[in-house]
Amino acid sequence: MTVMHGVEPMVKADAICKNFGSNQVLKGIDLQVQPGEVVCLIGPSGSGKSTFLRCINHLETVDGGRMWVNGKIVGYDLKGSKLYEQSHNDICRGRTEVGMVFQQFNLFPHMTVMENLIEAPRLVRKEKKATAMARAMALLEKVGLAEKAEAYPRQLSGGQQQRVAIARALCMEPQLMLFDEPTSALDPELVGEVLKVMKDLANSGMTMVVVTHEMHFARDVADRVVFMADGYVVEQGPAREVITNPQNERTKAFLASVLSEPAAA
Amino acid sequence: MTAVTTRSEQAAPAGDGYTVVKAKHPGRWLAAAVIVVIAGLLARSVMTNPNFGWDVVGLYLRDVSIGRGILVTLGLTAISMAIGIVLGVVFAVMRLSVNPVVRSAAFAYVNFFRGTPVLVQLLFWFNLAALYPVITLGIPGVELDANQLITPMTAAILGLGLNQGAYMSEIVRAGILSVDHGQTEAAEALGITRMQTMRRVVLPQAMRVIIPPTGNETIGMLKTTALVSVISVPELLYSAQIIYARTFETVPLLIVASLWYLLITSILTIGQYYLERRFARGNQRNLPPTPLQQLKRFFARHDALSLKGSKK
Repeated sequence: MTVMHGVEPMVKADAICKNFGSNQVLKGIDLQVQPGEVVCLIGPSGSGKSTFLRCINHLETVDGGRMWVNGKIVGYDLKGSKLYEQSHNDICRGRTEVGMVFQQFNLFPHMTVMENLIEAPRLVRKEKKATAMARAMALLEKVGLAEKAEAYPRQLSGGQQQRVAIARALCMEPQLMLFDEPTSALDPELVGEVLKVMKDLANSGMTMVVVTHEMHFARDVADRVVFMADGYVVEQGPAREVITNPQNERTKAFLASVLSEPAAA
Repeated sequence: MTAVTTRSEQAAPAGDGYTVVKAKHPGRWLAAAVIVVIAGLLARSVMTNPNFGWDVVGLYLRDVSIGRGILVTLGLTAISMAIGIVLGVVFAVMRLSVNPVVRSAAFAYVNFFRGTPVLVQLLFWFNLAALYPVITLGIPGVELDANQLITPMTAAILGLGLNQGAYMSEIVRAGILSVDHGQTEAAEALGITRMQTMRRVVLPQAMRVIIPPTGNETIGMLKTTALVSVISVPELLYSAQIIYARTFETVPLLIVASLWYLLITSILTIGQYYLERRFARGNQRNLPPTPLQQLKRFFARHDALSLKGSKK
């Protein structure tokens, strides 16, 4: 676990609550992510981990508590002692600091790989085409897909599409990357290539919050693992400790069911 | 006869020595024969009945005033469709707005213009001067005489365009809703604003769903323009009516108008067919064959030499 004193946390969640109708999916989540830290959120489906992740970049509005990203309250402007709700366009601007990768990739199918990457830099940051393309090409090289720049998403495998999606998010030069089950929609033999790109990204010092069912990835790459169930954080700690030696009964039961072999202490 | 044997009795591809006899379809040939006989009888009646006045039809088919009428019909169709498409996009986006007032206004528009006959709407626009003799548009100093402003042509364009906008908005809305929500989320997560997302991400993908029915609507519009003959816009039908009011050759002139409508809609239909094929590209692995390809395939299957049977 990376602990940096005197440094503003990248993410600070303060008693986050979220309801869908009468169903409370988040029941007061407190969590901090330090710059450069890689945190994996694990837990059974319906535990609220994806919803929490989407609250970080305001794809979901929170019903209670405060979310801070990079020292700013998400969705509001703080002036004096008053919080002013942000307009939709201000929220969009705030999101450029946070990249997100989805389970279903969500690449734009009518654009080539290159066009997918440079669309947001061109529209949002008003960058020159050449500038954006140069950075995009470097990122495609990093994810091993430089030769696919002119291909359309549907001509790529799932693993390749997800790597493009990661490059697309990185092209906005975010300070924080969110991953929402990035390998869950992939064929088993394609999972490795995506995890490798994510591991490289983690090693390069990117702050990452990852919702995942890949326990080996969580154990080997994450600094910290957070186990969520029923809208609460049940247990958290250094990745290897939580996964190999869980303390809470629910964590033990969950890990026993997802790991093919019982975790050795 | 050797051709018959080789075509209907081919050796199995495996080359195992068996002779494969193809299935026979006598029913198909019977149905075709019945239809050909009926069509022949119909054609003979049309050709021999002197009341059709084919010589008069031939005379007026290339008449100058009919030609002018065609131009008016085509122009009216193009302008009305253009207005309809623009209004359609605007009202479709409004109907998907988060603002309930904006949403309701769009719904009211669609409901009103779809819920009243277009003929009634045309008559309303034509008689606008009875409702508002002077049009000020709310701007001081602007005073327009409604009788001068609302000519039959402007009434026609307003009536057809506004009516079409209501139908187009439903088509565009269906197209927008057909685009996966994940696309909007991905764009939003990248910081792209709502309007930019609509323009750059959603609408281009919605086109695949929007284009085919829009082609249909254009063909429909071409025929609907005939309605504006009631407010004496000199389009194709009204031009024909003017001539037969003078010569009493009603049926031949209606045939002239019909032939022109049929010719133009046929051309538009062909255009629409290829447009649809173009937009289906990349979504279907195998495009359906063009009519020409279908015809070739049919004759390859049922050619005269293989009357006794055909491939499955």
